Amino acid sequence: MSDIFNGLAAAFWLIVTLDANLVEISLRSLQVTLSALAIACVFAFPLGTWLAVQRFRLRRTAIATLNALMGLPPVVVGLVVYILLSRSGPFGVLGLLFTPTAMIIAQVIIITPLVASITHQAMRDLWAEYHDLLISLKTTKMQRIRTLIWDGRRTLLTAALAGFGRAIGEVGAIMIVGGNIDHATRVLTTAIALETGKGDFALALGLGFVLIALALAVSIVSHWLSQTEREGRW
Amino acid sequence: MVSPLLPLRIEGAVVRRGARVLLGPVDLTIEGSGLTVVLGPNGAGKTSLLKVMHGLERLSEGRISHAVDLAEARRREAYVFQTPIMLRRSVRQNLAYPLQLIGRPAEEIRVETRKWADRIGLARSIETQAPRLSGGEKQKLALARALIRKPDLLFLDEPCANLDGHATREIEELLLAARDSGTRIIMATHDLAQAKRLATDAIFLLNGAVHERGDANSFFDAPKTSETRSFFKGDIVV
Repeated sequence: MSDIFNGLAAAFWLIVTLDANLVEISLRSLQVTLSALAIACVFAFPLGTWLAVQRFRLRRTAIATLNALMGLPPVVVGLVVYILLSRSGPFGVLGLLFTPTAMIIAQVIIITPLVASITHQAMRDLWAEYHDLLISLKTTKMQRIRTLIWDGRRTLLTAALAGFGRAIGEVGAIMIVGGNIDHATRVLTTAIALETGKGDFALALGLGFVLIALALAVSIVSHWLSQTEREGRW
Repeated sequence: MVSPLLPLRIEGAVVRRGARVLLGPVDLTIEGSGLTVVLGPNGAGKTSLLKVMHGLERLSEGRISHAVDLAEARRREAYVFQTPIMLRRSVRQNLAYPLQLIGRPAEEIRVETRKWADRIGLARSIETQAPRLSGGEKQKLALARALIRKPDLLFLDEPCANLDGHATREIEELLLAARDSGTRIIMATHDLAQAKRLATDAIFLLNGAVHERGDANSFFDAPKTSETRSFFKGDIVV
């Protein structure tokens, strides 16, 4: 138990003293995760919505595959991205390995299927509701997708938050492609893994509490910004 | 004023769902002006017929043709569903939506949405979220949204089902105004009194087929078939 109290105390002191290392690591965590999330959403929202409105022969297979990809093991994604970005790999010349960019690439691959799949679920219901009207108004496919994304934007927030949750807490892939280099690619999760390995449980727990607080804060801020859970809004 | 869209011809139209025939075979021509009422008991195929005409239901057999090409025809049509479908947006945005789709200028959209919100008595609730309106208000909004593009041909599927007298009268006034300004209207209903108030001609559907057709006066005063007569009397027609 004393470990936990020590951890809470450590977290408290890290935060009130605005520990420079902590601030740097937290900001990098946010930067990597939010960048990955933004990129993933750009692909996943239209993809998930398109899957809801488009009928084609392999649609069920595509959706099943997408759902299966939600469980993509991050370590394997990390490994594949590592091989692709390593000096001898096809994208080695770009020199991206062990940079935040590599971490963003790995996270985009991990969370895009998750966000797309939740988007598809939400959009399927909305499309069932809107179907007859949008067909009757002779909307183009593009207009349908835009209308659904706009009117379903509050459910898409949930999809984005799920993606954020998965990315901010992810450690396997970014450890491999980022390398947990101090002042370069160290983020909250990799720092926690490192401190645990060193036996500094108080600091590890302190970082852990900061991580949880961060996830909570992002969720609350996004709900507040989008004004969900208020009367008459979705 | 007769729409360039008409006549609308339906030839040998059949709609099947599995082995069940929902509609047909139907041969029908819609022309001229006015308001055609489609009558019939539940399951007679009223909704299917309307959806076939509007292209929402695929034909298993037969064909449908307009005086203009299909894409042009569809652009000049509008449809009001039995259960109004509200976009999860404000009243104003619901009204603006059909105009935005066809890229009308912002100023025109602003003026038109104001005008129509006024006409349906929702000017004060123009920023209300449409799904929060009452049943009658939703149906009025759905009707205004259908009329805002000034369609040549308007389909209505039981627009006053579940509405009280007051809301029904408001809807009927809008329909008559639209009819008088040259919109050809096809309306399914099983409210006989409403049919008599509005119709210029009527179609009686039974078991998916056109059982009787005529202009309002002769149709309601002297129906030709016994089934139509018993439907008018309020008997159960099978």
